[in-house]
Amino acid sequence: MRITAEHLNFTYNPSSPFASKALKDVSLTIEEGEFFGIIGHTGSGKSTFVQHLNGLLRVPTSLKKYKAKKPKKGEILPPKTVLTVGEFDLTDKKTDFRALRKHVGMVFQYPEYQLFAETVEADVAFGLKNFSEKKLSDDEVKDAVKQALEIVGLDYEAMKDASPFDLSGGQKRRVAIAGVIVTRPEVLVLDEPAAGLDPLGKKEIMQLLHKLHKEWCQTVVIVSHDMDEISENCTKAAVFSEGEVKFVMPPSELFRHADELFSLGLDIPRTAKICRALEQRGVTLECDFTTEDLIRKALALKG
Amino acid sequence: MKAIEFRAVDFSYDNGGFAIKKLNFSVEEGEFVAVLGHNGSGKSTLARLCNGLLEADGGEIEIFSMPVSEKKNLYEIRKNVGIVFQNPDNQTVASIVEDDIAFGAENIGLSREEIGERISFALKAVGMEEFRHSTCTRLSGGQKQRIAIAGVLAIRPKIMILDESTAMLDPRGRKEVMDVVTRLNKEEGITVLLITHFMEEALRADRAVVMNRGEIVMQGTPQSIFARHEELETYNLSLPRIGYICNRLRDGGIPVHDTLDEEQLAEEIAQCVLRQSI
Repeated sequence: MRITAEHLNFTYNPSSPFASKALKDVSLTIEEGEFFGIIGHTGSGKSTFVQHLNGLLRVPTSLKKYKAKKPKKGEILPPKTVLTVGEFDLTDKKTDFRALRKHVGMVFQYPEYQLFAETVEADVAFGLKNFSEKKLSDDEVKDAVKQALEIVGLDYEAMKDASPFDLSGGQKRRVAIAGVIVTRPEVLVLDEPAAGLDPLGKKEIMQLLHKLHKEWCQTVVIVSHDMDEISENCTKAAVFSEGEVKFVMPPSELFRHADELFSLGLDIPRTAKICRALEQRGVTLECDFTTEDLIRKALALKG
Repeated sequence: MKAIEFRAVDFSYDNGGFAIKKLNFSVEEGEFVAVLGHNGSGKSTLARLCNGLLEADGGEIEIFSMPVSEKKNLYEIRKNVGIVFQNPDNQTVASIVEDDIAFGAENIGLSREEIGERISFALKAVGMEEFRHSTCTRLSGGQKQRIAIAGVLAIRPKIMILDESTAMLDPRGRKEVMDVVTRLNKEEGITVLLITHFMEEALRADRAVVMNRGEIVMQGTPQSIFARHEELETYNLSLPRIGYICNRLRDGGIPVHDTLDEEQLAEEIAQCVLRQSI
């Protein structure tokens, strides 16, 4: 499913003293099949943007109570907002947002805080039961849960009756992800999926996301602060700053814009820092900023 | 003087298995010590034992020579040991920033004027002066965490323990917090125990300690620890990516030294490459 946003605006607490503009005329396209990264400083609007993708935050025109205002004479109308996810038009009142949420899975920051059921199996099955149109048989639920747990790397038999609260941090996060992907969403959005994990846990979660990307979810969107994570994993990335999109390009191009990123309060990956420092010393090393490519190119320079 | 001293400390949670096993560990006053370890290695348990949030099953823990096991010491110990935890949302008690920071200071019975000054000091230290009258819930995660640190600073503890306090912050927020912590250590002489799995943060410490299964398995200057990468990997701690790059380059025939500094690495690569082209 292709995601397209044009002229998307969003204001929290509109017409109140707390009003704050979180998105300003955002236009962004995420093609099907991408492993897309969203980068931005705290408060840059990146979470506001991703929460639009499954209709948690809504474009005003899609709300039941929305009434179009007649333009005053001579008033110039703002450009029309477009927000589509595959077939779904998110600016339309008639859109079935429930169906949309089945296709767009959302994993929040620290998803393990949202575990609630008595057993792992019940927790993972919750979303599945809620989203299905007909009542699922016990066997169907069991099968789906089993597959979801297995793809996140947990043993169904050993885990199903355990309390999710007795698991380790990394396991909890896997269970929480299983609870989202159990409905087989085509688009999977994750807000800081590796935050708070130790280096090994981080590596494992990123490996899991690549596996999901390959086998289950066509499009994966991650929000991340970690530039190394973006450069190593993403096919394309968007940079948010103060509610605007500043860059949309593959990491291999993006991190050439080091000075602009620094001025936005963002960093560049370690690999890009090394390339930059080399350049200052008169050595040009062209690489896509993944660790492996950097090593390969550096060794090639040596000959 | 020893700020923290553990002597043969044992601790296990109710579900069995040792979280801390016969641990001997001490921190000198004014020292900056980083504790590294993968999840479940016992490093957070260590922090909670320091001010009596958890009670040891065996052995002795002393804070400035005061045994933690004696109840009458706890008040004094907690005044001296401030802990900042990982999740900022769990550490806010009031609705307005200045009230939140005042909470600890009020509890130790300071005068109103003194509390006011300490709030100003703490907010300045974490770079949040402009948020003094803001609503806590309207702050971002990173800002909340800096408020939590400010709340601890307002008590002016002699020891500050950061239990993965920067794990939820963005890189800029993380650097700001680490700068604050480093400055408090160097200028105010506050003893810092930094629990982290960001290797880069551990570099700022005078000494690094690696924990695995409730035991200390490695100890030394951060640089000397990072040089032992193969050993680190056996404890499920991976090298910072740059360390891995150094290794691979060396294997491939570019003679670089272990470093965690990009500039230095680039310098060595450049020397090698440029020498060759002449």
